[in-house]
Amino acid sequence: MFKKMFALVALLVVAAFGAACGGASSAPQTGALTGKIKVDGSSTVFPISEAVGEEFGKKFPKVKVPVGISGTGGGFKKFCSDSPSDWTDVSDASRPIKQSEIDQCKKVGVEFIELPVAYDGLAIVANPKNTWAQCLTVAELKKMWEPDAQGKITNWNQIRASFPDKPLKLYGPGTDSGTFDYFTEAINGKEKASRGDFTPSEDDNVLVQGVGDTRNEGGLGYFGVAYYEANKDKLKLVAVDKKGDGKCNLPTFDNVKTGVYDPLSRPLFIYVNKKSAERVEVKEFINFYIANATKLVQEVGYISLPDNVTKLVAERFAKGVTGSMYAGKSSEPGMTLEELLKK
Amino acid sequence: MNLHARKRAGAIFFIASFAATLVGIFALIVLLADVFGDGLARLDWEFITSFPSRRAASAGILSALVGTLWIISLTALFAFPIGVGAAIYLEEYAPKNRLTRLIEINIANLAGVPSVIYGLLGLGVFVRGMMLGRSVLAGALTLALLVLPIVIITAREALRAVPSSLRQAAYAVGATKWQTIWAQVLPVAFPSILTGTILALSRAMGESAPLITIGALTYIAFLPEFSLDGLFSGFTVLPIQIFNWVSRPQKAFHENAAAGIIVLLGVLLAMNALAIFLRNKYQQKANW
Repeated sequence: MFKKMFALVALLVVAAFGAACGGASSAPQTGALTGKIKVDGSSTVFPISEAVGEEFGKKFPKVKVPVGISGTGGGFKKFCSDSPSDWTDVSDASRPIKQSEIDQCKKVGVEFIELPVAYDGLAIVANPKNTWAQCLTVAELKKMWEPDAQGKITNWNQIRASFPDKPLKLYGPGTDSGTFDYFTEAINGKEKASRGDFTPSEDDNVLVQGVGDTRNEGGLGYFGVAYYEANKDKLKLVAVDKKGDGKCNLPTFDNVKTGVYDPLSRPLFIYVNKKSAERVEVKEFINFYIANATKLVQEVGYISLPDNVTKLVAERFAKGVTGSMYAGKSSEPGMTLEELLKK
Repeated sequence: MNLHARKRAGAIFFIASFAATLVGIFALIVLLADVFGDGLARLDWEFITSFPSRRAASAGILSALVGTLWIISLTALFAFPIGVGAAIYLEEYAPKNRLTRLIEINIANLAGVPSVIYGLLGLGVFVRGMMLGRSVLAGALTLALLVLPIVIITAREALRAVPSSLRQAAYAVGATKWQTIWAQVLPVAFPSILTGTILALSRAMGESAPLITIGALTYIAFLPEFSLDGLFSGFTVLPIQIFNWVSRPQKAFHENAAAGIIVLLGVLLAMNALAIFLRNKYQQKANW
């Protein structure tokens, strides 16, 4: 009896391994570099790191680059965890590192190099049946989304007198997302300050469906521009006017890249552990990341940094400049990445 | 009620229960049609043997599939002997007292604990406490804990279904307790134990919450090695890969997700088929 049971379990295991090994394709072993580079963090930055990891793996097949998703905050928790076995080498982030996270890193003795890798525009989208809203000012967006609007601002005609009498239905990312943090900071002036009575979802595709629903004429929402690009036929893009002076901008490639699409374009970052960066495979990986970001970033739907900024980022890494350019703040209003990097 | 009314009531009950059956089947058909409509075109050998990629068209499910097989085999390795052992103790040896009752109630309650709680437990005990790291081993141990209550309960049911006349007959010819359990009771109960275990493992295979908590990764372009080192490797599993694709903006990734769901269904179906096959095979042998 025992033999039979044992044989059975053994059979199961062997079958599983057999399937595993049979499926493995043996890539040509070029590139002498070996090692493992742990990357984790923001789900927004994930597609970029995945793309870089994929290309890097072709060049250096013996270096393993696993990429995890635990959110920007979750990524930093591992990056500077109390137990060093949890530490990652690279942390993806869709916002600059916060003061509390900097303090934690200092406490455990982790120094980091902050590197911007791409821009992301936050698109304001409306239902395609919406004929009235071509452009919204930041003040109008604030009126819709600020905490005080809760329960009070429920109709488009409350936003601007010329808008029709249509119910305003709002959709946005969940409160754990870096996108939510960024939007509330940029529009409402305070991180995480938002009305609570909108439809939230951690899955941006759910937001796309909500706003784009044909029965939902008064729908409006915000999310990363990549989700608009993939669903252009279902959504209407709304331009944003920062100062209310009639200068309306859409989150086009150029507008985000040059910073004209203000204040809803944000930089995306990777944070590299300084000690890890001394390892030759990590150094190689980060240099590869910076050098190939321009091409790969666009492929996965984000906006690449201008060439001069990419050059400054490469210099920052080569010099090993540690610390954050934002000093714990969530953004540096009025300063471009170029100015920040030169500072 | 006269005869006519009673017959009508019977007919209504028949229709109601039939309709209840249809609801489930209809939902399943809609789901399958949707998934197969989206995913079948993407499903080919290349999809199964490729690593994930930023390009939806060349992305594959290999690392997730292998991760799932690794995790489930290890889970079986841990959960089966421990679960069956506990069931044998509780059913055959344990005295019927308060302590035993307390243990029984606790096991039954554990079967209902949400899986994410097991994830947190695994994070605390295996990943951090035992320093196993975010590895295949830690994942498998966590899932083993998750399925243990179900394995124990089904194994106990199976043991209880063995007629006590069989045990008494064994004692009558002078067999010891151990001989009775090993040579008589277990072989008869074995098919049902096996079925229960495999169904419990199927449930574990669809879980993503506990594995996300202990830190399963999302992009992996390598396979855990077939060695002791492989046990400490990072991993991903099918549900996590599917979830990642579903949340991507591009429609092509959603098709990949559908194809991934078909692969997951295929593995589940294969495991259930194995359960049925084994049950039939051993049932025929056990005739006394």
